[in-house]
Amino acid sequence: MKNTISHRVADFLKNFPPFNVLGPTDLETLAEEITIVYKEKDSVIFAENDEPHPYFYVVNKGAVALKKGSDRSNLDMCDEGDIFGLRPLMAQENYKMSAKAHEESILYAIPINIFKPYAQKNIAVGNFLIESFASNTRNPYSKSHRGKLYDEVSDMNPVAPDTHVLDLQSVKYSKKLVTCSATTSAKTIAKRMTEKKVGAMLVVKDKMPIGIITDKDLRNNIVTGKYPITTKAQEIMVSPVITYNKHLTITQAQMAMMKSNISHLCITKDGTPNSKAIGILSKHDVMVALGNNPAVLIKAINRAKKIKSIKQIRKSITHLLQDYLDQNIPIKLTTKIISELNDACVKQIIKLSLEEMPTMPPVKFAWLALGSQGRSEQLLQTDQDNAMVFENVPEDKLIETTDYFLKLSKLINKGLFDIGYDYCPAEMMASNPNWCLSLDEWKKTISHWIINPGTDEVLLSSIFFDYNITYGDVNLVNELSEHIFETTKKYPIFYLHLASGALQNPSPTGFFRQLLVEEDGEHKDSFDLKRRALMPLTDAARVLILSHSVKSINSTAERFEKLAELEPNNEEIFMACSYATRALLKFRTKHGLLHNDSGRYIAIDKLTKEEKIKLKRTFKTIKEIQELVSIRFKVSNLLR
Amino acid sequence: MIDLFRKKVNNYPDYWLEYENSFKKKPIEDLNLARFVVLDTETTGFDYLNDRILCIGALSLVDKNIALNQSLELFLKQEHYNAESAKIHGILKDGGASRISESAAMEELLRFLNNSIIVAHHAIFDITMINRALERNGLPRLKNKVLDTSNLYKKTLLNSNVFKKKEHYSLDELAEKYDISKKDRHTALGDAYITAIAFLKIRSRLKGKGQLRVKDLLKMG
Repeated sequence: MKNTISHRVADFLKNFPPFNVLGPTDLETLAEEITIVYKEKDSVIFAENDEPHPYFYVVNKGAVALKKGSDRSNLDMCDEGDIFGLRPLMAQENYKMSAKAHEESILYAIPINIFKPYAQKNIAVGNFLIESFASNTRNPYSKSHRGKLYDEVSDMNPVAPDTHVLDLQSVKYSKKLVTCSATTSAKTIAKRMTEKKVGAMLVVKDKMPIGIITDKDLRNNIVTGKYPITTKAQEIMVSPVITYNKHLTITQAQMAMMKSNISHLCITKDGTPNSKAIGILSKHDVMVALGNNPAVLIKAINRAKKIKSIKQIRKSITHLLQDYLDQNIPIKLTTKIISELNDACVKQIIKLSLEEMPTMPPVKFAWLALGSQGRSEQLLQTDQDNAMVFENVPEDKLIETTDYFLKLSKLINKGLFDIGYDYCPAEMMASNPNWCLSLDEWKKTISHWIINPGTDEVLLSSIFFDYNITYGDVNLVNELSEHIFETTKKYPIFYLHLASGALQNPSPTGFFRQLLVEEDGEHKDSFDLKRRALMPLTDAARVLILSHSVKSINSTAERFEKLAELEPNNEEIFMACSYATRALLKFRTKHGLLHNDSGRYIAIDKLTKEEKIKLKRTFKTIKEIQELVSIRFKVSNLLR
Repeated sequence: MIDLFRKKVNNYPDYWLEYENSFKKKPIEDLNLARFVVLDTETTGFDYLNDRILCIGALSLVDKNIALNQSLELFLKQEHYNAESAKIHGILKDGGASRISESAAMEELLRFLNNSIIVAHHAIFDITMINRALERNGLPRLKNKVLDTSNLYKKTLLNSNVFKKKEHYSLDELAEKYDISKKDRHTALGDAYITAIAFLKIRSRLKGKGQLRVKDLLKMG
């Protein structure tokens, strides 16, 4: 039955092959018969050797991982607009792969008996199917050919790890060409290159590439004084341009660049210089595709114009993290690099959100990362915790100003959500009016927490006090920190409450030194690594470092190192804590990557003996630091 | 008294008796087998007495699947009209889509519903509007069990003193929170779709406490 929703489905499908070649009436008819399927994260859509469903699937939202055999690595990842599970229906055989929702997903299930006539009737659809099936057989490792049919290929060789597959993948080139004509002046070229943030300009005539000018050419020819700044492009351009067609693979591109010692390739319609230029491929693009270099990733983040591209880069960051852990790179270094990258992503999202706002910010502001992100301990994506502080404004301007920053925060929170940071379940986000305040309002709030330290206030301060500036004016944040130190000095009772809060986490082990697991709920029988092991350390470090009025050291491990320096007599225990924090963080990250979650809950029965010993070793340290905190702040006086 | 009751029943049209009969079947407890009908109405306003239903949109949800060939979108002919509310839902008094009478719409709705569990956002409003329409056409009230996504959503939120739950959450808030496209918002079927996806996402978030049964959901909202 034709209705609002089937219309919406058709509207989505028309953007993706092979549906894009169907006429609007056919597409509507098809859409009316579709079933919308919701899949929870990690739920199975079909398993290997299952009988084929009467439908094939198109991903509307989310992502679906295709796997084969016992191998854990994904063979394919389908996202928005990708088709899967069609081939077995056409070939009338069982599924050769399993499909599982990698994220919470919405799928469109398209009945094969309705679709088949179109495939037979419409030549373009048929050709598309034949081509994609054929290309899959030719290249069974095709990992991400958007719009192609991901499908079941028999006689699969052992699946190669991701990095190897990249060699066979066609490369993503930039389709937005920055071009000039043969008579454009060098000055104009340089200006436009700066404006567009590109390293090379294509010189075209009738849309065909006749030469290329790179940063290097400008340096060698203009800056050296060899040619004046008014020189025309044709005088300094390098010609002919090395051209390829768009099916170039990453490895081919690398080799071509090395062979001719150049940094840019031009992609033309038929691969020769005598056809229309459709894109340009830089060394940088190749590096991004290889995705194993933090510097390249940072550059890619800073260049990202869309939130969607940042999401792609985040996938590379996860790969990088996996590589680092596999290679046993010190967790201290890993944490630093990954935090920097995550930070860059957030910064870019803030920049993009600012561009989206109709006006410039009325006053200075600062974006604060709270919790684990503030402590630069966030390796995996978890929930977002953040806050906004802005400069004081006159009373009559406050509502208007708050309104502006709330709107901005909403955009940023949505952007963060889109790249994979879930919304904070307790709404501790800058888009919440309680967490988007002027400097004076924040001071008032913080004073209130410190002077009236009830359970909630202590909890709120323990989340807020690990803030770290991600973007904006650092002076605002310094003033806030000064205020915290002054107020806590005036009301030392606050330390006592913060310390007792730090001791309230449940113990990791029971009387017989066995690991204590959760007794009920979703995570029954697993060990809560965050609450029972990491949080006691984080909380202890926070209260100790606060009592020393040390600012701008946020990471727990680094806080313990600083404490060791400040209190040489306790050096041993503080260093042990620092070590334990890092060990636990690594533990959590490894498990999180393994299960595609936050790594918070560990299934004890899946741990090796060695892992259990490692884990238990950190508990001794936790107990010792809790005793130190308890004695120092005389917590025993207070009801615990 | 019993006689009187019987007699009254016999006066009802066949489709009502069919609808009523469907409730004699034992309700299904398995969440994945039970049929839910997610619905939304667009009305001329918020007054139960004077305002009328202009459009009903309903989707059928079984085992996390929404089959589009089993959905309902009804545009109603109504005498009462309110230019203010037309700005929201965009349904003009004599708009394009083909319209049916209120009584015909009730017949189609009842045939579509049967004994399914109704899901709606701020359900009390839609249910009351429908009941008033049934009443005007000489029929008793709906007999279906009802779930309200506004109440269910609140159950997914953290129980914490540091954060206050609101009394009501709008469909817009749910759509934003769960990243559901707000395209077709303020059309009955479009809103029903947003409600359906929100309902599924709420269910998966409520799962924490073991296997969820229909009974558990009904207790919550």
